[in-house]
Amino acid sequence: MVWPNNPAGAGCRAGPYRRHIVFVSEILSEKTGGRMSDTQTAAKSGFILPRFDKLGVLIAVIALGGVLLPFMIFRANRIVLGEPRMIFEALATPEALVLALLLAAGMVIALLRFRAGLKLAASLIILIALFVLVGRSAYFLTPPDDNFARISPGAGFWLLVFAFALLAADALTRLRLKPWPRIGILALVALAFGILLATGSLNGVSTLKEYATRADRFWSEAQTHVLLAFGSVLIATIVGVPVGIISFRLPKLRAALLNVLNIVQTIPSIALFGLLIAPLAWIAATVPGASLIGISGIGVAPALVALFAYSLLPVVSNTIVGLQSVPEAANDAAKGMGMTGAQRMGWIELPLAFPVILTGIRIVLVQNIGLTTIAALIGGGGFGVFIFQGISQTAMDLVLLGAVPTVVLAFAAAVVLDAFVEMTSTGKPQ
Amino acid sequence: MIEIDAITKSYDQTVVVDHVTLTIEPSSVCAVVGTSGSGKTTLLRMINRLVEPTSGAIRIDGEDTRNTHAYELRRKIGYAIQGHGLFPHRSVGQNIATVPKLLGWDKDKTRARVTELLELFQLDPAQFRDRLPRELSGGQQQRVGVARALAAKPNILLMDEPFGALDPVIRSKAQEDLLTIQRQFETTIVLVTHDMEEAIHLGDKIAVMDEGKLLQFASPQQIISKPATPFVAELIGTGERPFKLLSLARVGKFVEPGSAEGDPIDISATLRDAYAELLWSGRAALPVSEKGQVIGKITLDQLSSHARPQ
Amino acid sequence: MRPGIIVRLIAFAVLLTFLIAPDLFEPFFGMLTKNGQPAIYNQGSLLDLTLNHLAIVFAATFAATLIAVSLAILVTRPFGVEFLPLSRSLANIGQTFPPVAVLALAVPVLGFGTAPTLVALFLYGLLPIFENTLTGLVNLPGTVAEAAKGVGMTWAQRLFKIELPLALPVILAGVRLSTVISLATATIGSTVAARTLGEVIIAGLTSNNTAFVLQGGLIVGVLAVLIYDSLAALERWLMARTGQAKRAAA
Repeated sequence: MVWPNNPAGAGCRAGPYRRHIVFVSEILSEKTGGRMSDTQTAAKSGFILPRFDKLGVLIAVIALGGVLLPFMIFRANRIVLGEPRMIFEALATPEALVLALLLAAGMVIALLRFRAGLKLAASLIILIALFVLVGRSAYFLTPPDDNFARISPGAGFWLLVFAFALLAADALTRLRLKPWPRIGILALVALAFGILLATGSLNGVSTLKEYATRADRFWSEAQTHVLLAFGSVLIATIVGVPVGIISFRLPKLRAALLNVLNIVQTIPSIALFGLLIAPLAWIAATVPGASLIGISGIGVAPALVALFAYSLLPVVSNTIVGLQSVPEAANDAAKGMGMTGAQRMGWIELPLAFPVILTGIRIVLVQNIGLTTIAALIGGGGFGVFIFQGISQTAMDLVLLGAVPTVVLAFAAAVVLDAFVEMTSTGKPQ
Repeated sequence: MIEIDAITKSYDQTVVVDHVTLTIEPSSVCAVVGTSGSGKTTLLRMINRLVEPTSGAIRIDGEDTRNTHAYELRRKIGYAIQGHGLFPHRSVGQNIATVPKLLGWDKDKTRARVTELLELFQLDPAQFRDRLPRELSGGQQQRVGVARALAAKPNILLMDEPFGALDPVIRSKAQEDLLTIQRQFETTIVLVTHDMEEAIHLGDKIAVMDEGKLLQFASPQQIISKPATPFVAELIGTGERPFKLLSLARVGKFVEPGSAEGDPIDISATLRDAYAELLWSGRAALPVSEKGQVIGKITLDQLSSHARPQ
Repeated sequence: MRPGIIVRLIAFAVLLTFLIAPDLFEPFFGMLTKNGQPAIYNQGSLLDLTLNHLAIVFAATFAATLIAVSLAILVTRPFGVEFLPLSRSLANIGQTFPPVAVLALAVPVLGFGTAPTLVALFLYGLLPIFENTLTGLVNLPGTVAEAAKGVGMTWAQRLFKIELPLALPVILAGVRLSTVISLATATIGSTVAARTLGEVIIAGLTSNNTAFVLQGGLIVGVLAVLIYDSLAALERWLMARTGQAKRAAA
């Protein structure tokens, strides 16, 4: 990725001077790879507080907003309106003090120009502390022997999480980590939350109370969700890559195929799910054995087919684009040295197109993890079941029980596949 | 020996190569010169059947190229192109080993050959074998491209503007290296270029092409002194002719007994270098040296008489 | 080109006829119904739903365009350059949030109805436009930007006279992508009681009536194709006018 050189160097008032000093090329921005050192940027743009990190100012403002909004929401039961609890109301005083100190330290670290590694460590510590304390607060706020009270994180908590997640994201971006360390950090964060959940520290929080009453259902829906999202992408890859290779060779087929797949993408997902009910019901009823292998009008089968249909375009078109991006000289040389068509495909074209194809798979995987939630509308199961139940019961805790795992799954898939794409593109000319 | 016999290539109505006939002697360098669109690249690509001729035949050592599978034919012929065409995802070593691998050489033999070639092209094997092409300079990439073409010890090497992407200094070094290697292995080279200077420098014979037709096929001396058509003359540039003639011969052949004033010139220099030195230093004769010993002189008069057609 | 235009005009005419006089199509959709189910959506006017659907999509896309383009301009100026790497990461992360989740989570703040749908579409529409505007502004032909600086244009002159006009086709490609995604996503808004064409589809799903599902899906699909194609045509025209070869859009 090429960072722009133009925004870094020229201040607003450079215009008139340039009429005399034409083309003083921006050596400074070249040296620092387009991103000027912090002090230079601050000085150039005339910001009054050169020692402050601009993004840090934004993060501190958001975090301050988080402190001023209710940290927790207390409800006497699942349906009634919540009552706000601020940090010092929601936690025992010592814990509230610890949190206050941590937040203050975090805001200072965000504001000043510390190294990215320190910022990352601070933000991760604060994020984990926030979740630990939400769990503590849930126990603190629940009246003894009360099974109906629901304690959930309030807007303040979410804003604080957002602020420090932003800090972590910025630090990670600035660190420009290699693929494996990125996956490592993801695994560490996952481990931390795994421990938090496994030790029951968060069990008092309302969403986990919803989980507790339907743990079995949660895991079976999780299984369905993963099966639908990953299964559809797997089938789309098995079908789409060969189709992409064939249509790369046949331009006429390519145009027609891409048109059809483009139109499929425009059909709204609920409609596509719904439209597959009738034909699949018909297949189940007429083709012998079809219902035995699980094909039926509602449920997993139409969901899988619809998700597959949506996945096909990105996989096919990225395969074509990947193959088109193979340097012509390399292909000509391969031919000239006596490679057969199959050898060229296996040694040169597919390996060079692979990162682009993998990018297509990454796009559809992330997209399908999200889209699978819609499958619940046609009885296909998955995390969407909790989201739609939650919507119909106006129980936001239940919505979160479906939404959070979906987002986590999609996010993890994106990080891991992005890392793989980067690892496999080493041979690409820059 | 490559015999090209009335070869023609046409796409629909357009004739790209038109009844070209020429014979390339073994162990010689044949430079094919022409402007873009002259059909020179198509002619080259018909030799290893990257382009199939519309009519006519090509024989290598008497054997019609159509008698073997195209891919088997190509594995026996080295091929190097402009912009090198290295595989960006494979290391230098893997790139060079491509044809040996296709031919099923065993690992040790292939590895030894890669080492040998890297050394031949002055690239330290320990340092360069595992690098990716993008980690090399343009000149290094070009050398790896030629090394790759020579990997399976082909008798014939086809080159399409192999030095086109290099800057002038690296280019002349690469040309010298190529000539050294050609003499060492006695490879038959067919080289396509748009640069007449390069053709005169490298070619034992030069084929000039325009609009698909072969205008002249002759030695550099003949091309310069007796251009067959005005177009050939234009490619050489009339103002350049004497200097180009001088650049074809070396001082050694024209040494006279005696000596002269000033710094000597080496026996391996071209007449053109000697002429330039004479003019620059304002002398009428130069001492000629071999291994540091002055062995005679070369005079301005003698040079003048060689700067025109004999 | 010509037959393509004719096909699209016919599609538009058929769509319009269907929206104004849906009963004309009863025999066609009747084939899909069972046990005397109604063939044409009967719980409201299809035309009203369509107009409402379009209004929501356009409002959200318009707002998203304004904000996304401004943000992209900000992070490519000297003042905002510190935000550039982060904003790219955020745009990347944002795409991992499924629209249903965004929609559902907006409900507690905004209640049921159109508002959460508008917000979800707005947030979801930001990303493609932001990414494309960045691409457009960052990948300007290098010589043009240099020349503009060289002749002494101020930053505002460069932005409004050079950078934005040249980036416009790429930005528009983002708007097109965003609009088409929003058209489809808006149907999901009906699960939180927004008045969109999703109502028709969901009514079909709950009463097991394929005719409803099909007509809801078809209207959205045809609208998407027509809007997509018109915006693509507009881009091509702009490309030709600014003399650029087709640059890669997202």
